[in-house]
Parts: sequence; C-alpha cells; structure tokens
Amino acid sequence: MVGILEDKDRIFTNLYGLHDFGLEGAKRRGAWNGVREILSQTPEWICDQVKNSGLRGRGGAGFGTGLKWTFMPKQESERPHYLVVNADESEPGTCKDREILRNDPHLLIEGCLIASYAIRAHTCYIYIRGEYVFERERLEAAIRQAYEARLIGKDNIHGWDFDLHVTHGGGAYICGDETALMESLEGKKGQPRLKPPFPAGAGIYGCPTTINNVETIATVGAILRRGAEWFAGFGRPNNTGTKLMAISGHVNRPCVVEETMSIPLRQLLEEHCGGIRGGWGNLKAIIPGGSSVPMITAEMAETALMDFDSLREMRSGLGTAAVIVMDKDADIVKSIARLSYFYKHESCGQCTPCREGTGWMWRVMERMVTGEAEMAEIDMLLDVASQVEGHTICGLGDAAAWPIQGLFRHFRHEVEDRITQYRAGRPHVQGATLVAAE
Amino acid sequence: MSVRRLSPNQPASFAFQPQTLEKAQWWISKFPAARRQSAVIPILWLIQKQEGWVSEPAIRVVAEMLGMPRIRVLEVATFYTMFMLEPVGSVALVQVCGTTPCQLRGSESLMAVCKRKIGPKDHLSADGKFTWQEVECLGACANAPMAAINDYYYEDLTPESFEALLDDFAAGKAPAPGSAAGRQGSAPEGGPLTLSDPALYDGTAAKPLKKIPNAAPKTPAKAEPTA
Repeated sequence: MVGILEDKDRIFTNLYGLHDFGLEGAKRRGAWNGVREILSQTPEWICDQVKNSGLRGRGGAGFGTGLKWTFMPKQESERPHYLVVNADESEPGTCKDREILRNDPHLLIEGCLIASYAIRAHTCYIYIRGEYVFERERLEAAIRQAYEARLIGKDNIHGWDFDLHVTHGGGAYICGDETALMESLEGKKGQPRLKPPFPAGAGIYGCPTTINNVETIATVGAILRRGAEWFAGFGRPNNTGTKLMAISGHVNRPCVVEETMSIPLRQLLEEHCGGIRGGWGNLKAIIPGGSSVPMITAEMAETALMDFDSLREMRSGLGTAAVIVMDKDADIVKSIARLSYFYKHESCGQCTPCREGTGWMWRVMERMVTGEAEMAEIDMLLDVASQVEGHTICGLGDAAAWPIQGLFRHFRHEVEDRITQYRAGRPHVQGATLVAAE
Repeated sequence: MSVRRLSPNQPASFAFQPQTLEKAQWWISKFPAARRQSAVIPILWLIQKQEGWVSEPAIRVVAEMLGMPRIRVLEVATFYTMFMLEPVGSVALVQVCGTTPCQLRGSESLMAVCKRKIGPKDHLSADGKFTWQEVECLGACANAPMAAINDYYYEDLTPESFEALLDDFAAGKAPAPGSAAGRQGSAPEGGPLTLSDPALYDGTAAKPLKKIPNAAPKTPAKAEPTA
C-alpha cells in the first residue's frame, strides 16, 4: 500500500476516470445514497454534522464550512438564497477540482443539493473556469441526468425544490476570489468587492449567498453518509479529513491523489510520486500549497506535514494542497519571476498597489534572474512587496508578494551571488547551475 | 493587467446563426429575468465559437440583446483574456501554458516549437491557419507541460509529440485530446497506485443505508468527537 489512506476510505473513487462518470456508475459507487434521509433532518443538524467533521474550505483559505453555512439568514425573506460553487480553479499548481468535475460530477451535484438545503437555497450556480470546456460538457451532461432522474429540479424525489445551473468565466484568475466571482457571475468585469457586506448578507444580486469550493461541496455527501466522526478521524485536530493533493514539477511521477490531511510531505512525494527527480538529495525547494504561498526549503520539507497548522508554522500555507516541486536543476529565481509575471497578468487593475506593484515587482524580478541589479534593490523589492501585501481589496496583492518574500527568506544568498557574478563580468546563464551555489 | 484593444479591422455587421441564437437563449434562461446581463460571458463565448473571434458589431448586438450599455459589454470583452479580439488561425488556436509548473517541465521548448512552426506569438501564421499564444495556468499542472488547442487539453507533451500534434492539425486531422504519454487522466505514469480495491466498484456502496450516522432524534449528537 502506498500512502496512509486506505481505498475503502476514499471519497473520490473515480478520480482517474477509469469508471463511468454518469449517474448509473456514480450510484454504484455510492453517490446519492441516503440523500433522502439526510434531507429529512433539519438544516441545523446538517450544519452541526459538518462542523463536527472539522471540514475546512478546500479552496485555499480553510474556513470552517459548517460555520460558514450558519452565517446565512435562518428564514428566507423576499430575497432568495443562493449557493455558488467556485469551480474557477486557476491557482498555478492546482488541478484537483478538474478531476471531480470531469470524473465524479455526481458527488458535486449531490453536495450542491445538500448544501443548498442546509442554507435554505433553492438555486445554485456552479461557476466553472472558461478553459474547462470538456469538464463543463461532462458536468452539464451529469446535471441533465440528475434532472431526468428527478434527483434535482422542481418536485424532485428529495422533496426540496432545487435548480442547478452551470455558468462559466472567461479566463480570469481573479474570478476565483469569491467577490470577483460574484461580479463575474452578474456579467461584469471580475473586480473584487469590498467586504462587508459579506456574501451571506449580500452576495449575488444582493441576495444572501454562500460560496464554496468544488471539493468542499463534493465531500459533504460522504461525510453525512459515513458520519462526522469518520471524517474527523483522519489527520490532526483542527486539520481533519481527506484531501485531494496535486503534485507537479520535478517529481518522477506527478499526479493527483486523495490522501489524509497531515500526511508527511516527504511520504506523499516518495510513495505517490516516485520521489524527487534524481533522489531526495536533489530537492531544492517546494511550494506546498499553490503558487500563492511562500516556498519551503528541502530541510523544512523533511518534517513538513500537509496540513494548515504545520505549514503555517513554517510561514507557508496549505492553500489548495498543490505541491510544486523544484529540484536543483530548476532556476528558482526564474520560477518565481514567472509567478510574478502571472500575478502581473492577472491583476484586475482595481487597487493601485497591486496594479502598479505587480508589474514593478515582475520587472525587478526579471533582472534578479540574470543578476543585472543593485544589491540595494533586493531590500527595495522586499519593501515594495510588503507595501503591496495587505493593502488591496482582495488577496491577489498578498499572493503576489508572498512568493517573492519566500524566495528571499530562504535563497537571498543565491540572488546576491548572481548580482556579484554579473558585476564581475560573469553573468548567470539561465538554466546553468551556479558554481558559487554548490 | 494586459492592454487589450479591439482590432482596427472590423466587419460591417454581425448576425447570430440560428443554433447559436438558440444556445444564447438557453443561457439567458438560466438567470432571473431581470438579470439577463449574467449571460454576457457565455454569449460572447458562443459568438467566438461561431466567428472565431469577438468583433465590435457583435459587441453591439450582445448589448442590445441583454439590455446592457455597450461599454459594459466592451469592458467584459476586453477584461477576459479568453476572448480573441482579432481573427485567429482557421485551423487551430494553440494556447501553450507557460506558468511555473509547466515551465518547470519544459513548456519553453514547446513554445520554441511554436515559434519555429507557426511564427511569432499572438499573430496569425503566414498561411492563416494557426495562431499561438502563451497563456497563464490552465489548471492541468499534474500533466505538465500542456497546451489547449481549440478548447481541448493536450497533456504530457514533449517537443516531438507536440510537433507531431501540430502536423496532424495542419493535415486536417482531429487528434484526440488527453495525455500524449498515455497516462490515465492525472494518475501517476505507469498506472494508478490507489483505487484498486474491487469492493469500491461492486455495488456495495449502493446498498441502502440502514440509518444515517448521528441521525436525530433517536441518537442525539454526541459530544465533540473531532479530537
């Protein structure tokens, strides 16, 4: 056996698409089982169970899902309630929701119904990123099946009127932010809104709205069927459950896999991915939670656990559990400069620190790659990064600053070497390993 | 942010084909009647599927259709980078992912192939058949490096397999999307290491549940078991 999680405890049993994604196959694997009984309980009971399971949002922020649901008004007023599922998966390194959307869409649909009942919503929108065309086709086919089988829709067999619609975006990373997603869903530019008002008070169309990640919602059915204690039995306290982890970069066999929270990072890489290219000793750095979190070094990766608390203690984060591995052949400065370009490209342009700062940071980072910079510019760059961080409406400013801060926290000496080499007339050649760094 | 402007060469008019119009109405029907504007991104996308790109006359038609000021539709068309604002290759629009996870696994060599075979990025090739772009993370990082060609994902590419793929498109074939290395979805190369227990698929999980765990009121929820 590889890893910690046993097959019998896996939620996403069609992760690799070996089996039928449709209704019949999904039912055979346990989807939709017991949903009627679950909906015969009260919404409060569902929220309590999800709270007890310790499920935290799987989209990166890790907010308690059950708690989030209780923020919704207890009585529906003239303003209808909405559930919105965030399927705008665009964080570099993250490719887990895609597997649910194309291979196990019925777990998601079932979760949408249960979650909508828990927050007293009769309408749900799934906002999927525009580039996922195949995934959208699969999801729409699955929804059609669910309507035809009267599992959802008006007068469905579960007794809770429920409409489920898919909509899509147009290739903007920023629409993964919940308030930008709402703007985009309303047919506007995806520029984030100020909070408050929070979505539970005024979300899409000014109505109470809950926004959850695909994986969060798709997990709910299994939690309620198997019991909160079952789910809470995995991982460490405050970091419970199972989680889809996506590993990319310099491992021998990149993959997406479901594992328990708190699995040691090294075990995850060694057992599921065949280890680091060239052996563990060849590891340089790891970005453990999608591009927005600061990197950790090989020594830290030795002891890191894949959960919120362990990685936070290392001044990084679990994010979406998208592990990007860089070995010693990787030019990490260039890798981070490429991320800076990404954030520059994806800034929505609303807040000045981010709109101007991301471009500025990218241009300086490009010079750091070759070493064509002044020593003093390192501190200037870090200063600017800290001025962008925390001074924007949404988290994109933070996300642009953190990778740079992470790089200089651990590998400042490498950049300094490059600057010295450049000034000594021996510029760093991209792709080659620095003699001084060895 | 990126600067995106409408093409200087615009057609005189735009008209929906019947099937596009039908789909557009279906998208509008998904949203509350007073919120038709919500369908603007999907409808612009349908137009792009019909015409290959989004033109200024099309933007005007959409504004009228959805009761929106034209500037709002223009904003949407220029904000979202999936909308092509000038004509693209008649055979294929090639979008190579260039963000870090793909870069680490060699997307630069794919882009070199594009440069050699198609020409400079963001421009029509000389024969008008291809356009290629470097795009930001497409969300298939475990199958890097990859490219989206005409909406579908081609994964685990090497310069050689990518070149063969482009040749296939140029020859008028329609290569099947997916992993060029023969991987099963995002499973590790060589086949899945997990999900091998046959009990998951023999229908055991579909047997009706006797009762839901912790169901009220017979068994009231016990004390906090999360520890």
